[in-house]
Amino acid sequence: MNPQTIREGYNFAYLDEQTKRMIRRALLKAVAIPGYQVPFGGREMPMPYGWGTGGMQVTAAVIGENDCLKVIDQGADDTTNAVSIRAFFRDLTGVRTTEKTEEATLIQTRHRIPEKPLQAGQVLVYQVPIPEPLRFIEPSEVETRKMHALEDYGVMHIKLYEDIAQFGHIATAYAYPVLVNGRYVMDPSPIPKFDNPKMDNSPALQLFGAGREKRIYAIPPYTDVKSLDFEDHPFEVQRWEQCCAICGSDESFLDEVIMDDQGAHEFICSDTDYCRERMANLEVTA
Amino acid sequence: MNREPILQVDNLTKLYAAGKGCEAVSFDLYPGEVLGIVGESGSGKSTLLNCLSVRLAPDEGDIHYLTRADEWVNLYGLSESRQRHLQRTEWGIVHQHPRDGLRMGVSAGANIGERLMATGERHYGNLRQTAQSWMNDVELDIARIDDKPTTYSGGMQQRLQIARNLVTHPRLVFMDEPTGGLDVSVQARLLDLLRQLVTEMNLAVVIVTHDLAVARLLAQRLIVMRHGRVVETGLTDQVLDDPQHAYTQLLVSSVLTS
Repeated sequence: MNPQTIREGYNFAYLDEQTKRMIRRALLKAVAIPGYQVPFGGREMPMPYGWGTGGMQVTAAVIGENDCLKVIDQGADDTTNAVSIRAFFRDLTGVRTTEKTEEATLIQTRHRIPEKPLQAGQVLVYQVPIPEPLRFIEPSEVETRKMHALEDYGVMHIKLYEDIAQFGHIATAYAYPVLVNGRYVMDPSPIPKFDNPKMDNSPALQLFGAGREKRIYAIPPYTDVKSLDFEDHPFEVQRWEQCCAICGSDESFLDEVIMDDQGAHEFICSDTDYCRERMANLEVTA
Repeated sequence: MNREPILQVDNLTKLYAAGKGCEAVSFDLYPGEVLGIVGESGSGKSTLLNCLSVRLAPDEGDIHYLTRADEWVNLYGLSESRQRHLQRTEWGIVHQHPRDGLRMGVSAGANIGERLMATGERHYGNLRQTAQSWMNDVELDIARIDDKPTTYSGGMQQRLQIARNLVTHPRLVFMDEPTGGLDVSVQARLLDLLRQLVTEMNLAVVIVTHDLAVARLLAQRLIVMRHGRVVETGLTDQVLDDPQHAYTQLLVSSVLTS
C-alpha cells in the first residue's frame, strides 16, 4: 500500500501513534479479561458522540496497511454512517474497503453481526453507546464496578423477571445481557438478540468500543458467551412469519420497510451484503 | 440449655468524636433471641447497628458470627465478597425508611425475588410462587404483585421490605426503627406480624428503637445506650419495670401514659 494515498497532514488512521498504543494496551487487557470493561482515554473524533466514535478509535488502533475494511450500520453497507466511516478510513489509511463479509479482515459494525458466519482471523469492532449492563438499575459507577468485582449479578435477572411479569415472555429484544466466559456480565451493544448466539464461540475476535463512556471490552475467539435466561423461560431469538421481499430468505434478520403512504410495508434482510449475494446466486442458478 | 451464641460482640468502638458514636460495646446474641437497643437520638444506636451488619468498619473491637455451616468467623476479617454473601444469604437488614431497602423502580414481585435470583434461583414459576406466598404472609394483596412499591402506602412498603429480607430464610435480622414513621394502628399490626414471624422462623434479631413500647413487645433483652456507651442491660421487663441507671429511669418515666 502506498502511504502517499493518505490525506496530507494526517497520521495513518487519524490518531497519533501514542494514542493508538494507549488504546492497544487497553485492548490487550480487555482480551485478557473477556467481558471486563477497561477504561481508556477516549479522544475527540471528527464527529459527534453517538455516531460511533468508540468503534472508530478501536478500528484506528488496530487497522494496518494490509487490512480490508467493511463498515456496516444496522447490517447495511450503504447508509450514511457506514459510507462516511468507510470513506474516512479510506481517506486516512488508504486500505482496501469491501462490502463482502468474507473478504473483510476488519469489520466495524453498528448494531448487527453479519449473517455470514465469521472466520478465524477476522476482527469485528462494535460501536457501543452504553457499555454498562447494570446501569439501568444502578446509576453509580462506583457501585456497578463493585458489583462486577463481587459477581453480584442478581439484579440482571430482575430485568428479565419484569419482562415476563409484564408481557408473559422475555421482551428484551436488543442489548440482551450475556455472561462471558462464565464470569462477567456484558452488554453486547444494541445488537438484536437474534445475533447473540453468533457471539458464542465465534472464531473471530470481537472488540467493543464506547467513545462517550470511554470503555473498551472484548470477546476473544472461541469464548463462551451465554445469554441470561430462566429455566422455564429459556433464551429465544426473534422469528418472522414473512420472508425477505427481495431474496426470499427465511432465516435472516428482517427489517420492516414502509413502501408508500397507504401503509403498505415489506420485510427485507437487514444485512445488505447477505441479501445481494443470495440474489446473485439465484440469478446464476436460474 | 447448652446453646452457643450466634453473634459475639467484643469491645466494639466506633467514634466520630468523643461521646459521638458507640464505645466499648460487648454482648452475645443467641439464636431465636430478640435484642432491643434503646436510647435517645444521637446515642449511637444506629452506628452500632451499622457496625454489626458490616456496613461501617469499627475503630476497635471484634464481631464473631457463627455461620450456617457452624463456623465462627470474624466479620471484619472476611473478604468483601464473603461479607456481601452473608448479608444476602444469612442476614436481613430492615431499614427505617423502606425506600432505602427496596428497589423503587421495579415491581413488588421482583423486589421479593431479587435475593433469590442473586443466590442462583433461575426458575420464574418458583420465584413467582414464593413472592406470592410471602406477600400473603405479610398481608399484602397478591393482586398487587406487579405494582411498583412507589404506589404502596408506607406501611405496605415496610411489610414488603420485611418480606424481601426474610425470603432467603435469614438467621439474623437487623432492624433500624422498623415502625418509625408509621401511624399507631399500622405499627401495632406490623409489630404483631414481626413477632409472629420471629417466633415461626426462630430468628435472631437486633432491633434499634427509641420507642419503649416496641421494645417491650418484641425484645427479650434490652441494651440501653447513652452518649455512645451502654448504661444498662438486662431482660426487657426487668429493665423497664425496675430501671437501675438514672438515665434509664428518666427514659422509662418519660413515657406518656394515657
